Amino acid sequence: MTEPARKWIGAAVPRMEDAALLTGNARFIDDLEPVAGIRHAAILRASHPHARIRRIDLEKARAHPGVIGVVAAAEVTALIGPIPSAVRAAMAYYPIAVDKVRYVGEPVAVVVAIDRYVAEDALELIEVDYEPLSAVVDPEAAAGADAALLHEAHKSNLAQSRTFHYGDPDGAFAAADAVFKAHCRYPRYSSTPMETYGLVAHFERAPDRYTVWSNFQGPFILHALMCGSLKIQGNRLRLITAPHSGGSFGIKQALYPYIVLMAAVSRLVGAPVKWIEDRLEHLMGSSAAADRAGSVEGAFTRDGILTGLRFHNLVNVGAYVRAPEPASVYRMHASSNGCYKVRNIFIQNDLVVTNKCPVGLNRGYGGPQFYFALERLMEIAARGLGLDIVEIRRRNMLEKSQFPYISPGGSHYDSGDYLAGLDETLRLADYEALKRRRDEARAAGRLYGIGIAAGIEPSGSNMAYVTLAQTVEERAKAGAKSGALGVATISIDPSGAVTVRTASTPAGQGHQTVAAQVVADALGLRPQDITVVSEIDTLTSAWSLASGNYANRFASIVITAISQAAERVADKLKAIAADELEVAPEDVELADGTARVVGVPEKAMPVRRVATSTHWNPAGLPQGIAPGIYESVVMSPEMLGSPDEEDRVASSVTYGYVCDLVAIDIDPATGRVTVDKYVSVHDVGNELNPLIVAGQVHGGFAHGIGGAMLEELVYDADGNFQSGTFADYLCPTAPELPKLTVGRVRTPSPTNPLGSKGMGDGSSMLTPAALANAVADAVGSDEVELPLTLNRVWDIAHGRRHERAGAPRARIGAGPQAAAKPGGLVGEGTVELAAPPAQVWALLLDPKTLASIVPGCERLDLVGPDRFVAAVTIGVAAIKGSYQAEIAIADKREPASMRMIGKAAGALGHGAGEGRVRLEPTATGGTRLSYSYSANVGGKVAAVGQRMLGTVARVLIAQFFKGLERRIEPEATAEKRSMWRRLFGGGDA
Amino acid sequence: MIRVKPDERVRVSLVVNGRWLFGHAEPRMLLSDFLRHELKLFGTHVGCEHGVCGACTVEIDGRATRSCLRYAVQCDGATIRTVEGLAVGDTLTPLQAAFNRHHALQCGFCTAGILMSTTAFLAENPKPTEAEVRDMLSGHICRCTGYEQIVSAIMDVAHGGG
Ligand code: FES
Ligand code: FES
Repeated sequence: MTEPARKWIGAAVPRMEDAALLTGNARFIDDLEPVAGIRHAAILRASHPHARIRRIDLEKARAHPGVIGVVAAAEVTALIGPIPSAVRAAMAYYPIAVDKVRYVGEPVAVVVAIDRYVAEDALELIEVDYEPLSAVVDPEAAAGADAALLHEAHKSNLAQSRTFHYGDPDGAFAAADAVFKAHCRYPRYSSTPMETYGLVAHFERAPDRYTVWSNFQGPFILHALMCGSLKIQGNRLRLITAPHSGGSFGIKQALYPYIVLMAAVSRLVGAPVKWIEDRLEHLMGSSAAADRAGSVEGAFTRDGILTGLRFHNLVNVGAYVRAPEPASVYRMHASSNGCYKVRNIFIQNDLVVTNKCPVGLNRGYGGPQFYFALERLMEIAARGLGLDIVEIRRRNMLEKSQFPYISPGGSHYDSGDYLAGLDETLRLADYEALKRRRDEARAAGRLYGIGIAAGIEPSGSNMAYVTLAQTVEERAKAGAKSGALGVATISIDPSGAVTVRTASTPAGQGHQTVAAQVVADALGLRPQDITVVSEIDTLTSAWSLASGNYANRFASIVITAISQAAERVADKLKAIAADELEVAPEDVELADGTARVVGVPEKAMPVRRVATSTHWNPAGLPQGIAPGIYESVVMSPEMLGSPDEEDRVASSVTYGYVCDLVAIDIDPATGRVTVDKYVSVHDVGNELNPLIVAGQVHGGFAHGIGGAMLEELVYDADGNFQSGTFADYLCPTAPELPKLTVGRVRTPSPTNPLGSKGMGDGSSMLTPAALANAVADAVGSDEVELPLTLNRVWDIAHGRRHERAGAPRARIGAGPQAAAKPGGLVGEGTVELAAPPAQVWALLLDPKTLASIVPGCERLDLVGPDRFVAAVTIGVAAIKGSYQAEIAIADKREPASMRMIGKAAGALGHGAGEGRVRLEPTATGGTRLSYSYSANVGGKVAAVGQRMLGTVARVLIAQFFKGLERRIEPEATAEKRSMWRRLFGGGDA
Repeated sequence: MIRVKPDERVRVSLVVNGRWLFGHAEPRMLLSDFLRHELKLFGTHVGCEHGVCGACTVEIDGRATRSCLRYAVQCDGATIRTVEGLAVGDTLTPLQAAFNRHHALQCGFCTAGILMSTTAFLAENPKPTEAEVRDMLSGHICRCTGYEQIVSAIMDVAHGGG
């Protein structure tokens, strides 16, 4: 057989997808009206991180004009069961809160109405009576004995703990010359695609079937879980993906609980339902990469050879172990040696639940956290051993001659030349020159550092690696699992048009263009002759468990299925042409749109004619050739077996390589990190389309920079969510991205006919580690945590330990503060008043006075000794809301001091706090009133108004005291005001 | 501008991509929702509705503006251009063509907004520096591309051959 000429594969073909996207012609989920009579859903979400639901009253919302239906857990759970999980723990997960809410943003009720605006109006009419419970957000605290318990039935927040031994880790540590340890806390962030989740769910009768159009990305193994929860067989849940998806990066995997929820809602309200997530919902209630704590230890010889590793991974999975979690900690598991030779590895994986949103797939899936640990360790060890950061890697990286290589955990590393990649990185960076720059910078008193991070990029996941979360016995009982099916279908219709179906649900990765390039080469056509359909319709297209768009699986698995299908079509075309041209099939080639005899180009016929004859003249086909052209390939790479009894598994198909080197300069005055040089070298095997590869490399880098420098989903210590807008959750914009120098090495993969490797995670996995290493080098401290915000870097540079995410933000004045929990508001101040302390004291405790001076107060009543209730309306930025407040006075020392304890709650949020007030007489007969307060705020106001809360608090307090002043000295104040007016001609500002 | 009561739906007429169109809107309806769901111009995308991401940018009376920060009723009588109004027939604008050549879009969700901002920007500043281009782009979030190929596409259109 002749090798097809590679004319298109590897060429920088501009994408075929673009014309629609550039002209506003492409259709995304929110643009679709796939069925008539669509109604619109809005979701009521928990404003408390942890609370028991005492009562939900839906009646007012149901009676609201325009509302079609309102449902809560009672209705939904009558129809569906919990979503199954690989982890056996009494932590039932439903897509709607049952009895308790366990994170801010958890769905509590759904309103369906004639439009989204009306649905949101009705949400405010739902009354939920919560009994707030204490919450836990920190993974270390969650594992502690006295932590608030999320799932009472499980009796612990530790959902699961498993340990693994590969080789002889204890022996390696016992024999080590030196042992180094890196403590690793890794923040929670998310790739936040620009298009949020969206779906249209439609329940039909006879046969009973749910059809859901959505921007779900797969893996379609979750289809089985959705059916399990909906208690139906597979063909009764028809999932159809939208023609275009506005980015995904793994995040749109976690759309599936909403598919289940809205399928049930559609049935319950008797109408097709559309739900489009808004940005606040997305940030607080969709998904994220898991934050982690834990450590890694390395056993080293004095020459810097890494002989053993001990990982302790403490994974914060959020409020539930939502499938496919705990996959994030098992994704890198079989490659826990990274790109190194080390063979003795111990791993302990502890999964804890906390009052945060459940986690899931996100670009790099487990890779950023893994490399942060391993690559921090390598640099800590290098410094400890007095070795260069390059040298320690050079001594440990796998060598070219060792491939193919089976790692201690069972990964089949297909090909690589890691040392060549390292050398290329050094060359592009001019490493020696950078070291000189560092010396000069340091001599001049500046903080300059260099960091490296290198690793492998596993692609094309074995569906079975997730079952490492189960013991050998559990796996045996459940039945063996293995593989990762790739599916592709190529057909040529009676007009001669070629159609490829891939079931790969891309979200911008250009699958259509690349598939067309591959098929064009195989059939001797041009990419523009080929139409690629990448959507899935589970009822009509070929698909399987692994279908979808994740784990870089396109260029590692799907491409193999496409190549094999194309080869079958080519073989058939050649056989028919050979018959017609009266030569042997081996002598026919497909090129330039023709089937022709090799070496005799004039003996040719158009491919189109050969193909159409299979439809128009089946009787004329040679013996044994079936009519029509429709070739489907379903394949699974053969090395992807089940985990063995030693917990080894070939967890991916191809292994790319990434090596990042960064040099940075820190401004000690501000903590600003400036990247002086950034080099990233990639091995993606043979590039199928260099334009697209470059796009993925730059895109992955931007996610890495975001995670390293800016992005964090922040919760305060009480579990209140604080980053609900893109003004709070900062994604990198164009000026924030440093210049990236990209390099290449190329070791073709032997696992597929094209030699390509999966890619796309790329630097999103390594950049955070590389930057942390550079900052550690610059400041000479290993206490580096991400993201490297100004405050944090300034603190590290000045030797101060930074408080964890959710550190107090608003500080007013100096001096002692009332204690606030991390993430709360604190403040203090002093005012001088014209009346003596006794008079001020009386005014402060007089309900009438308070009612007139508390800002936004609509009513205030004394309800007991020193206890008030009030109704107030306050606006924070654009969100104005009504709150019911309760205030109690304690520790009264008349007329010198008192303590005020208060809490408030409303539809948009809630808060609790306390203040201390001290009154001292002044020399002029007045009072010096000093106060300090601390408060924690939750709900929507906290999520979207975080940046404004400190200011709002200050403004409200200022208004309060201005009011008090007016009550004390009406005359004097009036005089002052008229004086102001005379001076400035305005009102009192 | 017209005066309307909170729950009254009124007719809003405007010139969109050269045609007089009209639809109905309550005072609270955002221009982005009006363009998409009343006028069925789905090319304009919504990424945040907080005025941060820039995906919803359209041209209103010649200025690039975030349509999620305008109410439809405010735009009665306005002249609007959306991404659907850039190409003429099958002919892409030079900017659109450069986006294709340079692979300046992946999922394409942010692209309409970026094209609208850039078109208005280049009309005022036809020969920008790279720093000016990046600064203009800072009003947009793209999660796919890392901006590199967007910047090269714009520089190519502005300076040719780049
Ligand atoms: S949708 Fe308007 S700025 Fe994001
Ligand atoms: S191309 Fe996807 S967000 Fe810009």
